[in-house]
Amino acid sequence: MKAWLALPLLCWLAACARSETSHDFAVERPEPAVSGTTFLTPETQALQEDDFANPGYLWVDRGAALFLATMPDSPSCASCHGEDGGGLIGAAAIHPKWDEIDSKLVNLEGRINECRTRRQHRDALDYESDDLLALTTYITNLSKEMPLSVEPDPRAKAALEIGKAYFNTRRGQFNLSCSNCHTENWGQTLRGDTISQGHGNAFPAYRLEWQSIGSLHRRFQDCDTGVRAQPHALGSETYLALEYYLAIRGANIPIEAPGVRR
Amino acid sequence: MDQPVKPSRPTRRTLLIATAATTAFGWLARPALAAPGELAKAQAALFGDREIRKGRVDVTLPPISENGYSVPIRIDVDSPMTETDHVVQVAVFSPQNPLPNVAQFKLGPRAGQASIETRIRLGGSQAVTVVAEMNDGSLWSGSDETVVTLAACVVL
Amino acid sequence: MVTIRLSVPETATAGDIIEIKALIQHPMESGFRRGSRGEVIARDIITRFECIYGGETVFAANFFPAVSANPFLSFHTRATTSGTLRFRWTDQNGQTWEDTAEIAVT
Repeated sequence: MKAWLALPLLCWLAACARSETSHDFAVERPEPAVSGTTFLTPETQALQEDDFANPGYLWVDRGAALFLATMPDSPSCASCHGEDGGGLIGAAAIHPKWDEIDSKLVNLEGRINECRTRRQHRDALDYESDDLLALTTYITNLSKEMPLSVEPDPRAKAALEIGKAYFNTRRGQFNLSCSNCHTENWGQTLRGDTISQGHGNAFPAYRLEWQSIGSLHRRFQDCDTGVRAQPHALGSETYLALEYYLAIRGANIPIEAPGVRR
Repeated sequence: MDQPVKPSRPTRRTLLIATAATTAFGWLARPALAAPGELAKAQAALFGDREIRKGRVDVTLPPISENGYSVPIRIDVDSPMTETDHVVQVAVFSPQNPLPNVAQFKLGPRAGQASIETRIRLGGSQAVTVVAEMNDGSLWSGSDETVVTLAACVVL
Repeated sequence: MVTIRLSVPETATAGDIIEIKALIQHPMESGFRRGSRGEVIARDIITRFECIYGGETVFAANFFPAVSANPFLSFHTRATTSGTLRFRWTDQNGQTWEDTAEIAVT
């Protein structure tokens, strides 16, 4: 890059980060911070609120059944966490989280697979498989309406920086960063959509576009493809870092589960 | 729908894209003209050449459908649903879809009330037509329009 | 494993008009979508739904590809006798899924 561009670019980047304080974990956050539900049509909002017809409940029901399922020489999830999942209320609100045993950041999918392989002697579930989606939707539903409460962990600082950088870096043919739309232009319309703030508090979500429940990482893939950038793999370190950053950026926004989005 | 308070911020290049996209949205949101040929053929296949009168059928669609894959539709037919006066069949047609038939519902006096809700796919903005057949053979129809919008980040 | 959700009142008075809701997990692949290489994705849809109550089909539906994935239905019926309501979905290949719900009518 030409040297004379560096100064204006740095000023621009600094302007982007204008609300950053000297605190290491400060993240720029839209104000007021609101859930993506705010930007949906009344019909879609009503579908999310419908305790019966919200299609995400098909996965919650499936997850509840999987939670109880026993196998030979393999304790069920319920045997540790309670028949009604009571032991996991609040779990979704604090993930991604630093894992003490493996010394790395894990999200809910990673934690479930860790339990399955280490404690239940079962195979790990593939990302975006129906069973893993069912379990994450069920477990996130246990934390419904609880505020996102991911604690910035000093041990995960590198991931936070990676996530923040990803969020603020322009990419793809359209040369747009997440922040261009979701921090600088939320509330504006783009085609038929009103741009949300991009918090991810409603994931796993039943996206009408997918005609199915899907994970936040799948949504990231759609976002990246949407600006014609190369998407990353589901469960990748990059998307995990981004998920971590978003959870901190969206602190205190209530979890919606199962979410319904367009 | 309430819009959140937007803080004032400097205009950015992305707004150019938003402007272009909004123009595209305006074009996409044009009300669709019913394709009389397709719709008439589909109705004739079910009902022959019997006259279909407008009335007694109330169709509710959202004014804006933010995704064509899942549009909620509600149908209410004005009928006492008695043994002697009831709805026998309700047929839903979408003239702008590749296939005009969407669904057919069989009712009868045991229904008590001719009210149905479901979710349908619409390929574009259009008026959805619903025809109700009564036990005396008479046919009644109603319709409602919806604008089907396209997502912002289209992954095609 | 296909998940089904049913909403049927547990109790009712004879003659009451009750609302029944049914939801089944199914992709309802329309046959009009194309894959990443342009190939047509084959149609795979539920084509029929029936609700049988008191020995009679009290409601039935024919579905075409325009019915959304994970098809949802809300309809009404009169509460007549206590017993079992049977719900049956049939797909284009004749495969069926069934579920039941009990109602106590006084």
